[in-house]
Amino acid sequence: MSSPDVLSSTDSSSRRLSVTGVAKAVFLKVGVLPFFLVVALVVFSLISGQFLSLQNLTNVARQSVYLILVSLGQMIVLITGGFDLAVGTAIALTSVVSALAMVALAAAMPEHVWLVITLGCLAGFGAALAVGCLNGIGIAQFGVSPFIMTLGVQSVGAGTALFLTGGVPVSRLPQEFGNTFGFARVYGMPVPVIIAIVAIVVIWIVMNRTKFGAHVYAVGGNTKAAHLSGVPTKRVLFLAYVMCALLASLAGLLLTARVESGETNLGGSVALESIAACVIAGVSLRGGIGRVESVVLGAFFIVLVQNGMNIAQIGSYLQMVLLGSLLILAVILDQFRYRMLVGRA
Amino acid sequence: MGEAPLVEMTGVSKEFPGAKALSDVDFRLERGEVHVLFGENGAGKSTLISILSGVYRPTAGTLRIDGEEIELSSVQEARAAGIGTVFQEFSLVPTLSVFENVHLGKEPRRGLFVDRRAMEESTKALFDELGFEIDVRTPIARLSRAQQQMVEIAKALQAKARVLILDEPTASLTEKETEKLFSFIRRARDGGVGVIYISHRIQEFAAIADQITVLRDGKLIGTVAAREISEAALVELMTGRTIDKVYPQIRRQNGGEALLSLRGIRTAGVNGIDIDVRAGEVLGVAGLVGSGKSRVWRGILGLQPLTAGKVTMRDRDVTGLATRRLLRSGIFYLPPDRKSEGLVLTASARENIQLNLLDRADLTGLLGMHSPTRSRAEADAIGTRVDLAPKAMPKTVATLSGGNQQKVLFGKGFGEERLVYILDEPTVGVDMGTRSQLYLLIRDLTEAGKAVVVVSSDLPEVMHLSHRLVVFCGGRISAELEGTDISEETVLGHFFNGQRNSA
Repeated sequence: MSSPDVLSSTDSSSRRLSVTGVAKAVFLKVGVLPFFLVVALVVFSLISGQFLSLQNLTNVARQSVYLILVSLGQMIVLITGGFDLAVGTAIALTSVVSALAMVALAAAMPEHVWLVITLGCLAGFGAALAVGCLNGIGIAQFGVSPFIMTLGVQSVGAGTALFLTGGVPVSRLPQEFGNTFGFARVYGMPVPVIIAIVAIVVIWIVMNRTKFGAHVYAVGGNTKAAHLSGVPTKRVLFLAYVMCALLASLAGLLLTARVESGETNLGGSVALESIAACVIAGVSLRGGIGRVESVVLGAFFIVLVQNGMNIAQIGSYLQMVLLGSLLILAVILDQFRYRMLVGRA
Repeated sequence: MGEAPLVEMTGVSKEFPGAKALSDVDFRLERGEVHVLFGENGAGKSTLISILSGVYRPTAGTLRIDGEEIELSSVQEARAAGIGTVFQEFSLVPTLSVFENVHLGKEPRRGLFVDRRAMEESTKALFDELGFEIDVRTPIARLSRAQQQMVEIAKALQAKARVLILDEPTASLTEKETEKLFSFIRRARDGGVGVIYISHRIQEFAAIADQITVLRDGKLIGTVAAREISEAALVELMTGRTIDKVYPQIRRQNGGEALLSLRGIRTAGVNGIDIDVRAGEVLGVAGLVGSGKSRVWRGILGLQPLTAGKVTMRDRDVTGLATRRLLRSGIFYLPPDRKSEGLVLTASARENIQLNLLDRADLTGLLGMHSPTRSRAEADAIGTRVDLAPKAMPKTVATLSGGNQQKVLFGKGFGEERLVYILDEPTVGVDMGTRSQLYLLIRDLTEAGKAVVVVSSDLPEVMHLSHRLVVFCGGRISAELEGTDISEETVLGHFFNGQRNSA
């Protein structure tokens, strides 16, 4: 009989309650991220002394802006119970369309630089809006599975971007665009970081303080129950994909400003990275669960790990292997967490 | 007898982190007996059968089958030991046919290939023997819940179960189906199968039970022969107190305004229904599964397509409006399946109630954003009103007992002023204690001048609560009864007699 074993194990676990109990509570509340973060910080700072330097961490913060923006959008969609594989396409299309628009407009009216930049950005947002609407209509109205819909749109968008440019980067953007949105600092803070902070605050308020946010959680938690509680479930789904595309688009504009050209290959691996960031940050793939602040930290963590691997001189091929493994590990741990949350019934 | 009992559990305990679900319980099941497990939700019935069916391992105690001590560490092992369990959540694959499901995992083979003909024929033979009239080639998804239940039981028997565990098998069945199920259970019993039967329906025990074991708060209260105990004594054993008034007296407001009127409603399974739902009274809706008693409401709410008819609320035509608009115009719908349609299982009880507070202007603060403190306070107040313990409010709904989940579901209706409350199976799978609390809520709503519709398969419930009772049969109203006309005989008679029309 196993009963003596069982009894003794419960005894010892109650004695270690202080450590394991707290760890378990943290795991249930926020997921695997704190544990991953501690491991990453310890490992990389052992490998290199520079890793924990203020300069390097600031650098990581600046680099993580793009992934944070995309991950926020990805989070909204994940909470509804879907996911968006077309975020990379939204970035590429934004980049290409905004660059093409700016180049064409700058030739037409070289004296109005800021008008050109504004219209160019709007064109970029418009392109991403089309991507988001396409996803939203397919998934909300026609009930296509998010996997197939966003996979298809991803191909449509990537093809369109390549078609528009012939695969050649669009260069000769207005100098001011790159200078302002790529490299400028306000009170010592890089402009992209400021924009990201504003976006984070806005999304936090949307998710935690507005009806729409509450609806997103409800739709992901149980669509039928949400419907019977008077939630416009189709509209919520649609808007989630639109917001996701627009956030990716914002990241796309900032990236375009940074590289100072419209590129079709921006955001190639961002779908995987953003889903990984969210899942590691405790967003459930079944929907209904996820927190803005954790996702920001999750995206930061992914970039931190990439930075650490660069410092440790791990090749980019091996980095892909590690990132994929990390995602799978996080999903497995998420399964355990879900079971603990919902109970074993 | 001299022979060892079929199942013998001695001193079984089960602890979960922070809770003792079962403490020191003895239980024996003989061959050829139907043994009822009885108790309120959370009394430990589910834990006990989960141990016996290999889902949980006991913290202490021993389990013997045929006198041999055995340890079950998985459902598969329990099945191999001859223990077949039919849980409330079915283990059927909706896209596969009945006979494929019955043989699932144990497909007969001929050479390398699955012998589909043998599967189909043996299933058909089994069904003939049991008297179930289902085409065995139908996909499970097209069967009613009641029929699925029967398939589930047939599946357990096909696997040569010697111990059959049935968890609330009649919760979704009608009287007629229940009778069929009972005759089948008796047949299985007479063949030497030991049946463990969990149910809240005391009135069934006389018909089916040999022994009754009563549990309360995880402890064994006693095992009695069914023949020797009265219903009242059982209730007292279960609750530890006498419940002389499970069903409250509800005062009826005479001549109440017709708040919701249905005229000529047609939708799948419903062929022309006229009903007026009046303020200040309880309208009961009874009928068999498939009679349309539930679907008529789903039809007018836009949950299934309405093919004809007119719906008016206080003289305003609301036919064919989006579900959301109908709900907003003052209808509360309590769905019959709280897990699939009612609750966000991963969210807390409080968050589930808060979901219905989002449109409340007084809980909205700056810039139309909802104020978390005020909406939380309101949700907690509602929690108190529906008698949820404060410590249940922050808990994930999935971890609450069925009774508490149902209270949360009721709580969703108290956020906003509604005119009409449509309660579809308001107490399904809920214990007596909680039931009486929910009935009090129904009384309060009615006496506050709301129009309350109670759709229920539980005949005593719908009979005792209703001021007016409509009986459905074959998608039509076969009778409309009032006051003293509401008796078990008249209602049952109209269950099967669809000839008389209400018109």
